[in-house]
Amino acid sequence: MDHPVCQTTVQIKSHNGLHMRPAMQFVDLANRYSCDITIGTEKEHGDAKSIMHVIGLAATAGTRLDIRATGPDAEEAVEVLRAFMERQTFDEEPPKDED
Amino acid sequence: MEIKKGIAVSPGVSIGRCLILDSEDYRIPRRQIAPSQRMLEVQRARNAFADAVRELSGLEQAQEQLGGGRIKDIFAVHLRFLRDRSLRRQITDLIHEESVTAEYAVASVLRRFAARFTEVKDSYISERAADVYDIERRLLRHLLGDKREDLGRLREEVIVVARELSPTQTAGFNKAFVKGIASDAGGRTSHAAIVARSLGIPAVVALEDLTEIASGGDSVIIDGNRGLVIVNPDAETVAQYEAYSREFVALEHKLDTIREKPAETRDGVRITLLGNIEFPDEAEGVIEKGGEGIGLYRTEFLYLNRPTEPSEEEHYRAYAQTLHICQDRPVVIRTVDLGADKYTQSKRFAPEPNPFLGLRSIRFCLQNLAMFKAQLRAILRASVLGRVKVMFPLITNIQELMQAKMILHDVMEDLDEEGIAYDRRIDVGIMVETPSAALTASTLARDSDFFSIGTNDLTQYTLAVDRGNEQVSTLYSPADPAVLRLVRTVIQDAYKAQIDLSVCGEMASEPEYVMVLLGLGVRTLSLSAPLIPEVKQMIRCVTLEDCHVLTRKVLGMNSERQISNYLRNAARKVLPEAF
Repeated sequence: MDHPVCQTTVQIKSHNGLHMRPAMQFVDLANRYSCDITIGTEKEHGDAKSIMHVIGLAATAGTRLDIRATGPDAEEAVEVLRAFMERQTFDEEPPKDED
Repeated sequence: MEIKKGIAVSPGVSIGRCLILDSEDYRIPRRQIAPSQRMLEVQRARNAFADAVRELSGLEQAQEQLGGGRIKDIFAVHLRFLRDRSLRRQITDLIHEESVTAEYAVASVLRRFAARFTEVKDSYISERAADVYDIERRLLRHLLGDKREDLGRLREEVIVVARELSPTQTAGFNKAFVKGIASDAGGRTSHAAIVARSLGIPAVVALEDLTEIASGGDSVIIDGNRGLVIVNPDAETVAQYEAYSREFVALEHKLDTIREKPAETRDGVRITLLGNIEFPDEAEGVIEKGGEGIGLYRTEFLYLNRPTEPSEEEHYRAYAQTLHICQDRPVVIRTVDLGADKYTQSKRFAPEPNPFLGLRSIRFCLQNLAMFKAQLRAILRASVLGRVKVMFPLITNIQELMQAKMILHDVMEDLDEEGIAYDRRIDVGIMVETPSAALTASTLARDSDFFSIGTNDLTQYTLAVDRGNEQVSTLYSPADPAVLRLVRTVIQDAYKAQIDLSVCGEMASEPEYVMVLLGLGVRTLSLSAPLIPEVKQMIRCVTLEDCHVLTRKVLGMNSERQISNYLRNAARKVLPEAF
């Protein structure tokens, strides 16, 4: 691998936790980047571009999650995803489907 | 060859091809494919995803125009599920690595996700399992086209293998072609078990993961005597079972020879054996096996497997048909026992959090008077055609009984006004199947013409055990001292009030309980037709004195295990071939 691993740890602040809509938004964001991204806890790390995986994390308020990315745009991806996860409240409007 | 051990719930042995059903009647086809076919299956899976995405996008756009916010959100989520590359990769990997069909791969991967969601404590997440199942069904529909299984149209003999059989599914069976039933879930008194016994076909339940092991079309042996299911048996095993099956049939024939003999103990005490039925044509089987009438006619099946509630006329036709078959033999018609695991047309889509403690049975009838009255009218009109008795289920207190009787009288008055004939002195009785009814039996007896002890529900409610949950079903036993004491109370109170008493739960159909029931004073048993000869033979081998001695011993014991072992040993000594 040429690219180094970018990594950060985030804590969910929104009191509703990472429910369906924010999970969708998060996955949509992750899918904009070409780098490989994983997210999870010690026990369960998986594809950050997979809605199944992200929902399955069942991240409630206060949950600490580790985000790792490798690839050309890894640095930017990690920063954008970190900023999203640490919002005080998640946007409750459904994301626009971009496909 | 693979051997699975479960709980034997209906005796007999069957060898045949299996038909696998999931909860939505989809037949999951044969699992294994040739390695050369893998690319084809991967492409089929891709096509199904593409078709499902197209379909959902269309639905989402339609909702957009309607402005349906929430529903549109759900479609948005489902679309993201379908576009989830990790999910797709897991499915194609499974096809490649294990050479399985696209249907099988879709079903197993999605069910794994659903199971993971279900385990999450956050109920918002755990409920997303339903969305995953929805996606699974959508994909399967695209994969299978219109190949949904219609069990009414079976044209070849099969052994039905399912996760869990619902009453609606079994009501639609073409009975001539179903030769055996096996299910992952369930216990001795689960619905699949009751249906199998009434059809006289072998069944084994609580097999945990049989639907994962067997594939559609596999050869399967169901051993309903030992509680075994053998998938793809070798030639030697098949030969053994064919011989064993012949022996079993020979025993059945031997039992048939006692058909004409009375159900009488060796010291001359006459016992009445009646049949439990769900469909009118089963009454023939009861009489054929030596039953002297119908002790429990379950009428729920008129409501299942159809889009609308049955009319009074449909009720009447079913009762008239049954009475015609039974002629002058008694027929106890139980008013509908819906709710819990069986739903009416109006209730099917409003599940309750705790259905067995909810709006079911007589409670449901008392809140749906039009439906209840239609049934009562049909029963009363049919009462002139034979010896009809009416029985109310799940009575828990005297008010319910009085209310139900009042409604019956209202219906009688209506019939009087219309000049329609009915039996004015029709017997009205109750099922005693809750601890509260058993404990207040002396009060209820004053307003009942007869009691029928429903040991299945009585056991479940007394011991607080879900009889269909295999994790606790071993705690479910009518031989528990708590249940036996309640049964004794009811019998004593019925005697004091001089009203008729019968036992119609599963307990009445098992040879090992015959002695204790006789010893407690029961003289009428109602059971499913195929088991009548065996119970009759048991009765003919004992004396009432033996039964009294055994019952005194058993009532002094404190543990279920001790009682069960004692009853089984005693029965084995009397009738070794039945065990």
